[in-house]
Amino acid sequence: MPFIPHTPEEVREMLAVVGVGDLDSLFDEIPPELRLAQFQGVPDGVSEMEVSRLMAERAARDRVGLNFVGAGAYEHHIPAAVWQIATRGEYYTAYTPYQAETSQGTLQVIYEYQSMMAELTAMDVSNASLYDGASGLAEAVLMAVRSHRKSRTRRILMPAAVHPAYRATTETLVRAQGIDLVSLPYDPRTGTLDRDALARHEGEDITAVVIPQPNFFGLLEEVDELSAWARRQGALSIAVVNPLLLSLLKPPGEWGGEGVDIVCGEGQPLGIPLSSGGPYCGFLCTRQAHVRQMPGRLVGRTVDADGRPGFVLTLQAREQHIRRSKATSNICTNQGLMVTAATIHMALLGAEGLERVAATSYRRTHQLVEMLAAQSGVRPAFDSEFFHECALRLGRPAEAVLERMAAEGVLGGYPLGRDYPGLEDTLLVCATETKSPEDLARYAEVLGRALEGP
Amino acid sequence: MSEIPEELKYTKSHEWVLVNEDGTMTVGITDHAQELLGDLVFVEFPEVGNRYGTDEACGVVESVKAASDILAPVSGEVVEVNEALSDTPEVINQDPYGDGWIYKMRPDDVAEVDSLLDAEAYRALIEAEE
Repeated sequence: MPFIPHTPEEVREMLAVVGVGDLDSLFDEIPPELRLAQFQGVPDGVSEMEVSRLMAERAARDRVGLNFVGAGAYEHHIPAAVWQIATRGEYYTAYTPYQAETSQGTLQVIYEYQSMMAELTAMDVSNASLYDGASGLAEAVLMAVRSHRKSRTRRILMPAAVHPAYRATTETLVRAQGIDLVSLPYDPRTGTLDRDALARHEGEDITAVVIPQPNFFGLLEEVDELSAWARRQGALSIAVVNPLLLSLLKPPGEWGGEGVDIVCGEGQPLGIPLSSGGPYCGFLCTRQAHVRQMPGRLVGRTVDADGRPGFVLTLQAREQHIRRSKATSNICTNQGLMVTAATIHMALLGAEGLERVAATSYRRTHQLVEMLAAQSGVRPAFDSEFFHECALRLGRPAEAVLERMAAEGVLGGYPLGRDYPGLEDTLLVCATETKSPEDLARYAEVLGRALEGP
Repeated sequence: MSEIPEELKYTKSHEWVLVNEDGTMTVGITDHAQELLGDLVFVEFPEVGNRYGTDEACGVVESVKAASDILAPVSGEVVEVNEALSDTPEVINQDPYGDGWIYKMRPDDVAEVDSLLDAEAYRALIEAEE
């Protein structure tokens, strides 16, 4: 369906039918003091040539370093075919699939995405995606509060080792809903959830427990025990996971035998470029029992009036544009383009490919950590198994070390002191499959120099 | 015109109430309500054992085009729900006053039911809406 704007004649004709003299009259309900005659601070327009030049100059100021930062967004190789296909007009500018008859292609892609996510997480159903991992966790918390009809406290146990941005976003989004986010500290020796702190909540009325895997420090939590604990307490469990790593780690649908109730996280590792922070896409999966409390879009497969199979948006009565203030969420969209790319990426790599990426990333980070322990005497800060990220204790302020490394073109990691008091000398490093042995050697060398001197 | 049995009481939010001999009351949605909603696909029941105040939302009836709250006509405690509707919610469309009953409640004060709308008042209400 092409977009063809109205000609001036058509506009005049329509105004005549409506009985209005000019376009501005259609806005005369807006009080004059609220109308802007002119935008403030917006310079005059310039030509396409001038804009292109300006953008080229700006882009030239960006420097791309050798990237060893993870902390929620991961550099993985994206096969060229992914975006070659995703940027086809049919995918790139497809509209929201409200009208099923003209949107079967879009709906089918989303259905495939949902199927893949449900399989990766070992859950019954996935939605069509949310904005990102952080808001995904907020939505999961709100969903748990809605779903758990017997719990009265709206108390959510939130480990401090969950991604700081996810915790902050959740706090912002649930603050006005009377939801009690209780922070659970991490054990300073292991870096994983402090089990004594958890045990202190035994016997309480808890609505839900959030369980990250891995946690923000890259460490593996005892997810079987934690989800079983939540179940014993009559609380719902919310898993926050990296979908790429589910190709190797036990999926949340199988944690503790019976699995968790809600799974959320960030889909960026699946074929979405870093792009200075976004757009990314959040995923949300759950059990059939909670499907009606799931926020966001849901694509279903059905048959039409003639019995032919087709796809359609379903359970829309729970969405914001129909249920309004009582809707499952205010979101009535999804990250369509990111989902398309992620689906193509997963289809191209397949289960085997995803496994290899995860395994190689695991190996690279472990190789780097070993190298650093041998060459620079730098060791992991915590005494637990890590996956493809490791918190390293430098023995001196991490921010300053990272600045020196950046000056040599190496982005050395994320300084944990920014979010965790007491970890100012600790940096979080991530080496994915994109890092060659030469890259690891260079890191060790650059870090060695950065640690010398004052 | 939709069916409005004379012996029942009604709320402005289109629930009907039948006071039972044992002091409990049965609640459902009216013929008018099921017509407006269209084909019902799901019923979210109130929690048995939970207490609700007058006009408090205690459940949801969901059709393809809308998800509508069911309110408590008077304050009381929910004692039973019509589990059969889990598998066949369409019974509400077919028999809203009989097999389509949704839940039973023990009211705090059964006399409060008297101040609900009678059949004539409810008829006037829906006529005014149209």
